[in-house]
Amino acid sequence: MAGISDGRGWQPAAFMEPRIASFTDFLAANSPDLLPGTRGLSLPATPGASDMVKDLPHATTIVAATCQGGVVLAGDRRATGGNVIVKRDVEKVFRSDEYSAVAIAGVASIALEFTRLFQVELEHYEKMEGRSLSLEGKANRLGSMVRGNIALAMQGLAMIPLFAGYDEERGAGRIFSYDVAGGPYEEYRFYSIGSGSVFAKSALKKLYSDDMPAEDAMLACVQALYDAADDDSATGGPDLTRRIFPVVTVITGDGFRRLPDPEAAEYAQQVVDSRMQSPDGPLAALRSS
Amino acid sequence: MSMPFYVSPEQAMRDKSEYARSRIARGRSCVALQYTGGILLVAPNPSRALHKISELYDRIAFAAGGRYNEYEALRKAGITYADVTGYQFDRRDVTARALANWYAQTLGTIYTESQKPYEVELVVAEVGATPADDQIYRITFDGSVSDEPGFVAFGGQADQVAARLKEKFSDGLSLAQALGAALEALTPPPATGSASSSSSASSSSSSSSAAATAAAAGNGELTAAGLEVAILDRARDHRTFRRLRGAPLEELMAEARSGAADDAPATGSAAADAAAAEAGEPEGTASPPPSAGHDDTPPTGPAPGGNDGSPRL
Repeated sequence: MAGISDGRGWQPAAFMEPRIASFTDFLAANSPDLLPGTRGLSLPATPGASDMVKDLPHATTIVAATCQGGVVLAGDRRATGGNVIVKRDVEKVFRSDEYSAVAIAGVASIALEFTRLFQVELEHYEKMEGRSLSLEGKANRLGSMVRGNIALAMQGLAMIPLFAGYDEERGAGRIFSYDVAGGPYEEYRFYSIGSGSVFAKSALKKLYSDDMPAEDAMLACVQALYDAADDDSATGGPDLTRRIFPVVTVITGDGFRRLPDPEAAEYAQQVVDSRMQSPDGPLAALRSS
Repeated sequence: MSMPFYVSPEQAMRDKSEYARSRIARGRSCVALQYTGGILLVAPNPSRALHKISELYDRIAFAAGGRYNEYEALRKAGITYADVTGYQFDRRDVTARALANWYAQTLGTIYTESQKPYEVELVVAEVGATPADDQIYRITFDGSVSDEPGFVAFGGQADQVAARLKEKFSDGLSLAQALGAALEALTPPPATGSASSSSSASSSSSSSSAAATAAAAGNGELTAAGLEVAILDRARDHRTFRRLRGAPLEELMAEARSGAADDAPATGSAAADAAAAEAGEPEGTASPPPSAGHDDTPPTGPAPGGNDGSPRL
C-alpha cells in the first residue's frame, strides 16, 4: 500500500476505526487526494485554460426508459473535444452493481474516475454490511458524490450521471437524474441527458408508451439516439462501417445485462433500415384515438 | 514498602500468548481447503447474520475464529484495505499475499504494543486461475503468517482438526468430496469412535458415553443450519465469492455424506466422482445473482463491460 494520505501514511488504526460503511467517506477522511473531486482545486486560472477544458473529451447523449419489470439505459459512443470527434467507441454506460447502472455525460476523464469510485462505493457497502444498499440509498449516495465534484464543475470540468436501477421492493425499474450540484431527481417513464438530450427526449416522447416490453424500450432508445445523432453533431449514430453500435443495457429482476455487440447491432441495423424508408423515423399518430 | 511489580518481557509475552491461545482454543475450529473448482470454507456457526466467513475482494475470502468483535473489525479493515488498493491501482493488483502481510503487521503490532492481544486466528484465501495458483494463508494472534498449501484448520482445537483433515484431503477433490472431508474433520472424534469404552483418553471421564451420545446426536452431526459454508468459485469472473446455504447446501451435504459412506477414505470412488460431477458442482453454484436477492447474499456479477457474469459450469 502506498503510504499516501498527506504524509501521515496508512495507519492500521485508520482502517480499524468503526465508521459508516462508505468508501468515499473513508477516502475523504484519510486520503482526500484520491477523490476525483478534490484534486486540482488549487490550479491557478491560466489564460487558455477554458479552451483546454473545452477541448477535453466530452461524453454526450444518454437515454433511459422504464419498461415492463425493469429499465433500459443506453448511450451513443462518441466523445468530442470542441469540434473534433476524439473517440468513436467510448463507453459511457456502466454497471454499478447487480441491479443498477450509471451513465455519464460531460468531461469523460472525470466521469470515468467518478464511475469507478461509485462502483467501489456500492460494493464496499455490500461487503461491509452483507447486504446491498436500497435503490434510493444508491441514488442518494450518488447525489452527494456528484455534489462533491461541484468545485471542479465550476471550473468547467463538469459531468453529470444518469442513474437507473431495478427496485427489488417494487419490482420495477426507476430512473434518477442529477445536476452538477447533486440530486437525485426521480424521473418517470423516460429521460435523457447530454448534448443530444433535447432531441432524444422529443423522440422518446413520441415513441414511448407505458409498460413497453424491454425489447420495445430498447428499440425506442436506439431510435432516440439516432434522432439525437441526426441533429446534434456531438452525438454519434450507429457506425455500420466500423461496426460500432450504441451501448444498450437493461436491468430487470434478473440483474444487469449489457447487450452483446451482435444484439445491439441488430437493433441498430433495424433502425437504420427503417430510416432508409423514412429518414425522420416512425410516424406518430396525429390524433390520439 | 510495596515494590513496583517487575515482570520480565519474556514472562509478559508468554502470558499474552498463553492468554490468547487459551481463549482461541475455546471456540470451534473452521477449515478452508482446495477443491478442483476453487476453495471451500466451512465454519460451524449457527448464526446466519454474524459471519465468520466473508468476501474480501474479487478472488479473495476471509475467515476467522475467535472473538467476534475483534475479527469483525479486522474483516472490515481488510475490505477497506483491499478496496483502497484496487481503487488506486487495478482490481488485479489486490492480492491475498498483500492482505495476509497487512493482517500480520496489524496483528503483530497489536500483540506487542497493546496489553491484550487479539483472540483471533485468520485465514486469507485466494483462488487462482488454476489449482496451483491458489493461496491459503493463516495468520495467528501474534502476527505469524504461514502459507498453507491445500488446506488449513484454524481456531479452536485446530491441530486435531488439521490432523483429521490431512487424512481426508487430497488434490483434485470435487466440491462434494471436499465438503465431506471438511465435515469429517470438523466432527469431533467420539462420533467416529463407536466403541467409546476403548477410547482411552475420554474414558477417564465418567460421563464419556453420555458425551459421545450427545456428540453423535447433536454437534457430532453437523447440520446445514449450523454451518456457514462459502466458496471461491474459480470459474466465475469478477467476484467469485458465494455463500452456500439452505436447500442447495443440504443437498450438497447429503451428497458429501453419501460419497463418504460409500468410500470411507473419501479419495473418490467412481460413483462418488460421477455424483459429484453431476450434482455436486452445480449445487455449489446454484445461487446465481437473480436468486441472491431474497436474502443477504451480496448480489454479484461481472466487471463493467464484461460478460453477463452467470456461472460457467
